[in-house]
Amino acid sequence: MAIIKIKNLEKTYNKKQIPVHAINGIDLTFQEGEFTALVAPSGAGKTTFLNLLGGLDAPTGGSIEIGGKRMDHLSSAERTRFRLEHIGFVFQAYNLIPVLSAAENIEFIMELQGVPKKERSARSKELLEAVGIADKANIRPGQLSGGQQQRVAVARALASKPKFILADEPTANLDSKSTENLLDIMQKLNEKENITFIFATHDARVVKKARRVITLEDGKVISDEVKK
Amino acid sequence: MILKIAWRNIWRNPIRSWIVIMALTVGMYAGVFSTTFMHGWMMQRLRAGIETETSHIQVHLPGFKMAEDVKSYFTNSSQLVHEIENIEGVEAASERVVISAMVASAEKASGIKVIGVDPGKDTLVVNVNKQMFDGSWFKGVKRNPIVIGYKLAQELKLKVRSKVILRFQDSQGDFSGGAFRVAGIFKTLNTGFDEGNLFVQNSDLRSLITISNDSAHEIVIRCDDPTMVDKVVGKVTAKAQGLEVESWMEISPELGYLTETMNLYMYVFVIIILIALGFGIVNTMLMVVLERVHELGMLMAVGMRKGQVFIMILLETLMLSALGGFVGIVLGIVTTQLTAKTGIDLSMWAEGLSEMGFASIIYPEYNLQMVIGVSVLVIFTGVLAAVYPAYKALKLNPSQALQSI
Repeated sequence: MAIIKIKNLEKTYNKKQIPVHAINGIDLTFQEGEFTALVAPSGAGKTTFLNLLGGLDAPTGGSIEIGGKRMDHLSSAERTRFRLEHIGFVFQAYNLIPVLSAAENIEFIMELQGVPKKERSARSKELLEAVGIADKANIRPGQLSGGQQQRVAVARALASKPKFILADEPTANLDSKSTENLLDIMQKLNEKENITFIFATHDARVVKKARRVITLEDGKVISDEVKK
Repeated sequence: MILKIAWRNIWRNPIRSWIVIMALTVGMYAGVFSTTFMHGWMMQRLRAGIETETSHIQVHLPGFKMAEDVKSYFTNSSQLVHEIENIEGVEAASERVVISAMVASAEKASGIKVIGVDPGKDTLVVNVNKQMFDGSWFKGVKRNPIVIGYKLAQELKLKVRSKVILRFQDSQGDFSGGAFRVAGIFKTLNTGFDEGNLFVQNSDLRSLITISNDSAHEIVIRCDDPTMVDKVVGKVTAKAQGLEVESWMEISPELGYLTETMNLYMYVFVIIILIALGFGIVNTMLMVVLERVHELGMLMAVGMRKGQVFIMILLETLMLSALGGFVGIVLGIVTTQLTAKTGIDLSMWAEGLSEMGFASIIYPEYNLQMVIGVSVLVIFTGVLAAVYPAYKALKLNPSQALQSI
């Protein structure tokens, strides 16, 4: 089932002066349960594409439909609510809240959603177990390794039971072992729970694990390959 | 959780937070202590003014206060005093004969207000008798005793048992006078009062100005409860037909305005301190927001509404301000309580202060209304100081904020 439909997507910066076409007419569809790598050299528009897909930015043309809802028709506040309910984010720099423990970072998202305390505690415990760091629940991010922090970030992204997870270069700051562990966790979650992952990356290890690889260049899709 | 994040965020840079807290603590401590100090000082003056000089309520013939004419006396004064004493809320009342006179010693002469009192009853209303510097309140001198102020005694070079001559106009308009002997010398907080007033016995003065023993120029009244003065004024007015009944606020409005003016002045002082501190808080919180642009972008990216980000910054500022403010206010109150017992000695300036009617040992007084007012101002400053940094956070675009370092 298609959960994301993108039609003729455009994002142009400095429209009035010298226009820069960061995204230049992309048409794509993502199915539920996909494990997709979006590959592009630096500056080719993959972060911009991810920002548009995640509702962090508004397109200047075209449309994005997620679960039947047009993202480009939503206000900034509505996009924020939509992100909270339906999209999970994993960032390159982990981006955890430094003053909260691992468990609190996960619970924070659920609190924003209005999930009751008991349910939040149970789910954060369950998620930390799923990413293999249940023993680090009460540790703050600053005392965790890069790999552990990224696992907390994955658990946080899953906390809101999103439709899909957008991961922007999630392995860029990790060593090979941590990368391998993280990818295994995400692959398992994808296979077991049918969670859709879309990675923006140029890490060959991620590309190798992905079942679909989309290549961007100059804001356009130049190849879209589904592995068998 | 937002409250928890805001609280923990404060302690991410403890040195910076402590500097702001300390600045607020010192500012608020200074504000609160100055307020209680000034309030205590003014209240001392107010109490001294009422308890020594004016009493709570005075009764006269209309217009007497303007001219203090010897002929402006009323009769049946003893009966009226008796009736007033029976009014609920009146602790004591005493009649007085009041004239303007010239007082002369062997050395010098001076213009003066002569107050004829019933030595026993008057002490139930005002407390000049408790402020004797030398001699006693009408004791030790058999004929025509007089009690004078310290300053006047110095000017006229008088001592206890010295002879003094009073000259004045009697009720018939004739020139009159008499010789008196000093029974006591009083010294109040107000040099002006000591210099301009002296006390004789009602009976002596009545015969000299040729008015009956049942006549008086003034009745002074002390109330059970100083806060009920206005109610008692109403009741006395009903009894004292044709007479003017005034509370101490009307007799000496400067005393009433003293505390109000000082409170206003102290509010202005505290507001100035808070404005200066407010700029410091704005600066700190602006740094906090600018340092955390990336993190704020992340919070918005994962679903935190802009309003919640705004509230988080507001809470951080408020907690920072409230903490510093609270510590300062508590320290101010503690210092007030400590010095309220020992007093603060300003004897170095005793002469000048006494000339203005002020005490030289100040007992700071805690004023709950003022402390609440200052606390509200601290919170208000915190909110106001948070608005601009929080607005800056509100204006962030999550995608751009995430790209900042």
